[in-house]
Amino acid sequence: MPIFSKKNSIDIAFSTITAVAALTVLVVICGIVAVLFKESWPAIQKFGFFRFLFTVEWNPVTSVFGAASAVYGTIVTTGIALLIAFPTAVGIAIFVTEIAPNALKGPIGAAIELLAAIPSIIYGMWGLFTLAPIMSQYIEPFLQKYLGNLPLFKTLLAGTPMGIDLLTASVILSIMIIPFTASIARDAFNLTPGVVKESAYAMGATQWEVVKDVVIPHAKLGVFGGAALSLGRALGETMAVAFVLGNNHKIATSLFDAASTITVTLANEFAEADSDMYLSSLYYLALVLFGLSFITLAVAKLFLLRAEGKHSR
Amino acid sequence: MTLPVDLEVKNLNFYYNGNAHALRDISLPVYKNRVTALIGPSGCGKTTLLRCFNRMHDLYPRHRYEGEILFEGRNILSDKEDLINLRGRIGMVFQKPTPFPMSIAENIAYGLRLKGIKSRTELSGRIEQALKHAALWNEVRDKLNNSAYDLSGGQQQRLVIARALAVEPEVLLFDEPTSALDPISTGKIEELVAELKQDVTIIIVTHNMQQAARVSDMTGFMYLGDLVEFDTTEKIFTAPEKKQTDDYITGRFG
Repeated sequence: MPIFSKKNSIDIAFSTITAVAALTVLVVICGIVAVLFKESWPAIQKFGFFRFLFTVEWNPVTSVFGAASAVYGTIVTTGIALLIAFPTAVGIAIFVTEIAPNALKGPIGAAIELLAAIPSIIYGMWGLFTLAPIMSQYIEPFLQKYLGNLPLFKTLLAGTPMGIDLLTASVILSIMIIPFTASIARDAFNLTPGVVKESAYAMGATQWEVVKDVVIPHAKLGVFGGAALSLGRALGETMAVAFVLGNNHKIATSLFDAASTITVTLANEFAEADSDMYLSSLYYLALVLFGLSFITLAVAKLFLLRAEGKHSR
Repeated sequence: MTLPVDLEVKNLNFYYNGNAHALRDISLPVYKNRVTALIGPSGCGKTTLLRCFNRMHDLYPRHRYEGEILFEGRNILSDKEDLINLRGRIGMVFQKPTPFPMSIAENIAYGLRLKGIKSRTELSGRIEQALKHAALWNEVRDKLNNSAYDLSGGQQQRLVIARALAVEPEVLLFDEPTSALDPISTGKIEELVAELKQDVTIIIVTHNMQQAARVSDMTGFMYLGDLVEFDTTEKIFTAPEKKQTDDYITGRFG
């Protein structure tokens, strides 16, 4: 039967092509990991794992390198960014799915997606030329004046507000991840079956009660998964942060201090790495970031899988 | 017949999206402590009519009511009607079971909490009472704190009925409550409906004519937004006056 065999050979060719395309991804990932390990091997041998992770000093002159300051900066900026972005994004998602009239849903949704499409270097320039001056002249002095005397905030808000600091970087990051978090949260809220919402209304619940008791519990896992995905994005964000964070290798206790993140260190220092150990340490830093991102992504996927499992029942 | 009337629909017209005329000049009495069934082919407006009684249409924009539904002499279609209060007195059970994402006990407590009942002893008493009322108590008494999603479809539907009963409504609206259930679960729900009419007035929309014949006292046959015929269930199923009704119940169309 020539027709069938011809069809069959096309099928085989087609599935081979798609399989090769899919395998490429695996090969690339394995290649990246292998290169990272190979290049960072001298640094791994010299500094070990925990010593590298907990050494604050980053000194090309004495060739002593530790990841602590960069890891600290990465975690603090993404943490604060998430703290600002998460409630805002959930608010946006609730408004878009539950409260906005139909005529507004489309435009707001499009605006959110547009915000996500702006290249990060533009956020960086905007942060440097517009946000940083606003932060240093208005917002940071304001925070310092009214919160600066409270016990914990005394440390957090110490120093001269320069605008190029942890807080500004976190604000920029939060603006960048809001659209992402909001659109995932919106999709999660939309999964709540309409008839379940209706039946809460039919019990005499108000709109607020329906959102609080039915929509949010229903979408909880999906929303957390979305937040973890945006965390992963924020961890890897480079350009916008590089513009407004300064590149300062220390554990800053004040939000008004310049600091550094893993990505910012990599972006700034690869070109000037003059010794082999310096270069190897930068690779090691990249490997740490890879690990951090991988863990966040895995946690996000876990949440999203459980959310899907719940709905498919 | 001189039964007390609970709800009276008077010259009701309803429009979707501003002008789609879904209900045409409907008038019928709903008798107290009786089961009224609404039957008719898909798209005839029976669910639309049902959703007028608790103003569910108000959740969506661009709808319009004309005419009146009198509940204790008051027109509940009026703009001044307090919908939260109305829906507490006229409960609803949907086609698919709609448990909330919480425990079995919390599902029942939900409506009570909305009404401001906080006392733990009162809540647990009323949870037990409602579950017994819906013939579910014996099956769930040992797992009240389990998720409501762990129950079977038929149990979930009885849970939803118990939840509606817990707030002691005067009227219960059933929108094809057994269309997603197996025959055994369906039988249980039908028995329940027959018992519940001692305490509440029931309006049930159903696709299943045998179901209407089994559970209801009064039946309305609807077609294309008109109430074609309304009479005792016995009359509708044995000697309908209109030819359309006769054709439908004998299975010649619809």
